Amino acid sequence: MPKMNLSHFEAALLFALFTSVVLGIVTKKTDAERIRYGLRSFAYFILVLFGLGWLMYFGHG
Amino acid sequence: MSKSSTSVSVWLPVLALAWLVPGGGHLMLRRTTRGLLLAASITLTFLFGILMRGAMFTPMTGDLLTTIIYCGGFLGDLASGILYLFTIWMGYSQPEVAGHVHDYGTKFLVAAGLMNVLAMVDAYEIAVGKKS
Repeated sequence: MPKMNLSHFEAALLFALFTSVVLGIVTKKTDAERIRYGLRSFAYFILVLFGLGWLMYFGHG
Repeated sequence: MSKSSTSVSVWLPVLALAWLVPGGGHLMLRRTTRGLLLAASITLTFLFGILMRGAMFTPMTGDLLTTIIYCGGFLGDLASGILYLFTIWMGYSQPEVAGHVHDYGTKFLVAAGLMNVLAMVDAYEIAVGKKS
């Protein structure tokens, strides 16, 4: 079985997607709230991903 | 006494199934869509961890940090239920090697178990009537 090679961004994106689905399902009580929370959680993951990415970029000079 | 034993008989099978099969607790409680979504998310996280050749933790003691990381990581892996057991039974054994892909794989494997813990807690709360 060949090893899957993902970039940092791809791996973090997949992680954000799966985690957001689970968090959305287990956290809220209605379907509408679950979808909203899942999407918001995913958006925050991506925001932090880009934020930390740029921070490391500038941190390295 | 009888009320307590009745509630245990209600939530224990749900909790056991939720551990063994990701999403299984929700499916048992007829929360089909949520159960399938949980099953898909947790299983895919685990599979990507395997495909990235993540390492499984084995319990190891030593200094405090080693104990926390290796015993905690082992519990995280074990929380994936049948996914972990089947992988071990099939002889999967990936040594820890340097590289970000392996590292992500290891984290994906533990994260799948931790997601399953969240799903187990949710199934328990549904079983005892705290949530719908």
